[in-house]
Amino acid sequence: MNQRPESTQFRHDDGASPAPGDLLLDVRNVSLAFGGVKAITDISFDVREGEIRAIIGPNGAGKTSMLNVINGFYTPQEGTIVFRGKERRSMRPHEAVGQGIARTFQNVALFKGMSTLDNIMAGRSVKMKRNIGWQMLWHGPAIREEIEHRQVVEEIIDFLEIQHIRRTPVGKLPYGLQKRVELGRALAMEPSLLLLDEPMAGMNLEEKEDMSRFIIDVNQQRGTTIALIEHDMGVVMDLSDRVVVLDYGKKIADGTPDVVKSDQAVIDAYLGVAH
Amino acid sequence: MAEALAAADTFPKYLLLNAERFGNRPAMRHKDYGIWQSWTWKEQLEEVRAFAIGLQSIGVARGDRIAVIGSNRPRLYWSFAAIQSIGGVPVPVYSDSVAEEMSYVLDHAEVRFAIVEDQEQVDKVLSISDAVPSLQQIVYDEPRGLRDYDHTHLHAYSALRAIGEAKLSEGPDTDRAWRREIDAGTGSDLGIMLYTSGTTGRPKGVMLSNDNLVKSALHGNVFDNLTENETTIAYLPLAWVGDHVFSFSQSYTAGFCVACPESAETINEDRREIAPTYFFAPPRVFETLLTQIMVRMQDAGPTKQRMFHYFLKHAEKVGERILGGESVPLFDRLKYWVGEFLVYGPLKNRLGLSKLRVGYTAGEAIGPELFRFYRSLGLNLKQLYGQTEACVYITAQPDGKIQADTVGVPSPGVEVKIADNGEVLYRSDGVFLGYYKNEEATRETKTADGWVHTGDAGFFNADGHLKIIDRAKDVGKLANGALFAPKYVENTLKFFPDIKEAVAFGHGREFCAAFINIDLDSVGNWAERNNIAYASYQELAGHPEVYKTILDHVNEGNRRLAREPLMAGSQIRRFLVLHKELDADDGELTRTQKVRRGFIAERYGELIEALYNGATEQYVETEVTYEDGRKGRIKATVRIVDAEVQEAPVEMLQEAAE
Repeated sequence: MNQRPESTQFRHDDGASPAPGDLLLDVRNVSLAFGGVKAITDISFDVREGEIRAIIGPNGAGKTSMLNVINGFYTPQEGTIVFRGKERRSMRPHEAVGQGIARTFQNVALFKGMSTLDNIMAGRSVKMKRNIGWQMLWHGPAIREEIEHRQVVEEIIDFLEIQHIRRTPVGKLPYGLQKRVELGRALAMEPSLLLLDEPMAGMNLEEKEDMSRFIIDVNQQRGTTIALIEHDMGVVMDLSDRVVVLDYGKKIADGTPDVVKSDQAVIDAYLGVAH
Repeated sequence: MAEALAAADTFPKYLLLNAERFGNRPAMRHKDYGIWQSWTWKEQLEEVRAFAIGLQSIGVARGDRIAVIGSNRPRLYWSFAAIQSIGGVPVPVYSDSVAEEMSYVLDHAEVRFAIVEDQEQVDKVLSISDAVPSLQQIVYDEPRGLRDYDHTHLHAYSALRAIGEAKLSEGPDTDRAWRREIDAGTGSDLGIMLYTSGTTGRPKGVMLSNDNLVKSALHGNVFDNLTENETTIAYLPLAWVGDHVFSFSQSYTAGFCVACPESAETINEDRREIAPTYFFAPPRVFETLLTQIMVRMQDAGPTKQRMFHYFLKHAEKVGERILGGESVPLFDRLKYWVGEFLVYGPLKNRLGLSKLRVGYTAGEAIGPELFRFYRSLGLNLKQLYGQTEACVYITAQPDGKIQADTVGVPSPGVEVKIADNGEVLYRSDGVFLGYYKNEEATRETKTADGWVHTGDAGFFNADGHLKIIDRAKDVGKLANGALFAPKYVENTLKFFPDIKEAVAFGHGREFCAAFINIDLDSVGNWAERNNIAYASYQELAGHPEVYKTILDHVNEGNRRLAREPLMAGSQIRRFLVLHKELDADDGELTRTQKVRRGFIAERYGELIEALYNGATEQYVETEVTYEDGRKGRIKATVRIVDAEVQEAPVEMLQEAAE
């Protein structure tokens, strides 16, 4: 029987998955400085299982630095990060991936000459068990594994509605679609925490609407926890469950969109204060 | 089996039959997750059966009408057979129709259930559910985004299918009961209700019986020799009669395989992979494909371009004759073979038409050049004239007897006659039962002895091919009683690239006369090349050289009209080139660029008088609306010119002014 396979892999594979609302990531008193420049000063916040958490702030507030700290790209001078109960200060990005943290970048960072399919497939490489020798042999276990991974990738292609560009080199695609492919590659890692660095940057209204819908779908259907940085206030307030606001490397507010919106410090930071 | 075949008068009966005669042949394909999934007739039977029993579990009973809304997916096609197998009547609805329109159709058809594709359609149906009191349950195919919906009246297709399978596994009784339901269905039962798209007024529900569809499909199969070996790709709306006949009725009666594309955007890619042998497309699809090829060719290297154009030119010369089996000099034939190898073959492959055996275009008139282009490549593309009320087939072009400007001869089993006012009438096995809950419209369209008014005017040419000329209500008569079909005359003139728009007059008049709009791009280009300076449209339109060119075109147009005995009376005696472009902003054209003849006749009354009173020029002032909404007046003296008329011995052939 050729029944359409009901997707089996639409969840992260961490066995005992924490219940929604549990603490997934806890950032405690983190400070980061580059020489004398303090990028982040004593910031604490948490991300709970199953939520969409936004990090916002004016330019230079330290948002991307914060993401880089979470993802292990920067090592903070002070403070600790607890991810799924494990405490750590320094970690390499690939270790972060191994633990279930995936990200997208502010500037699209895809392999321009490769097709959509291959780009997303590349996201699966961390999940492949066979080594490069097996893969080059292209036989037996390696080919079986490839088929399994292809199944997951095809589900993602279906999910993001990019079937029509499956074979197109991503360099030829419009920007909005490239962003979608990048999201696809991050999803291919089946992360338990997905970090999105300005997913809507440079998009037109329609592309923003599409991307918002995909972010919500990823969160609701795949149950993926999302931390995102975004400039577009409307998008942030609509999408996120909780928002943390940074300004000059300091946390100035933390709470639901409604709370944050009416916070005087936030209004001052965004609109400026009369001196 | 021969008896069973003869007794099969419904599609579920054909399904049972096909599971026996073509059991392991493919019945349906669908590209999903990047792979073509396929189902054999046996498997298709199992799918339909499981879902039908699932439908019974939510209360679907004989006589219920069930809306089917969505794109071309196997499960929606299975819904048709599943609904019919238990005596229900499917009512496919255009999935892109807005909520209000959908609400009217669902309410008018009194549907109790709706089977829809995805969240988008579920939302739409839920939003109108208050206006459709009869609607009780909704079934959806694609579960995405619907997990948190209230499922008291909402069911997943897969859940119903699972219920069906569970019941079937309990014992053979369920299957037997289902087969009894199929046996209870007869050919005279209402098989499906298709709502006409309603360009004029409210949509009307066309009721088609099983007999209508089965017999029409069988006639079509014989006409084009369709067998279980065909493959077609289903991509046109489910609610359109053409798709229902080509992708459902004929697939069931002939036993061939239907392929559903992955998504609307991938259709060109999918068609290339499937390479259908039987394919249908409206003219605009062929037009888009041709444009895509030409644009791509411009990026090709000079050698390839030269080769491409060289062989296309050769194909234009002999391709159609070779396709039609006519005798062609050996050298030309050899050259065509080389072209097939180098250009036509790869081109057809790119189009996904390399295995095409029978291709149809219908819906609107296809440009003769476009039509010939595809035929010259060796593609057996044909035209068809049909209606929902006829289960598609009224006339079709037989293989090898193609006349580009006609819609072919009456299809098998169809009688066609022309009424006194020029309207085309037909009678066939496919003639619909009536419009649902609209006795009046039924009586207006269908006579007591079964003849149906098409609303189109046409005539048979000397070879017995039908030619459609206009909507019947627009056709008038000249004072001498000859038929006057304005659109036909206008299209004859618009064939010339220099003429953008034409408006013909003649109803109740002595002869036919016309307003002409020149095409600024085409004529402007010509003027530039010939060093003719002009400052405005008005100036160019009134230029003596332009008048001369247009006169040549009108004379040539008259020669073409004279070739059709019925149209010869409509030759243009006098014409003028309008001093302004007809414009939708001034109300002279509709927003879809169709001429509003009545409005124009009123607005330019003095010009029309001048056409008929023998004047050689006429002064006119016209109010115009500029794009920013301001109004202005254009003043002009428009010249009126006499054209040559063929075979009119009474009249002296007059040389035009200049």
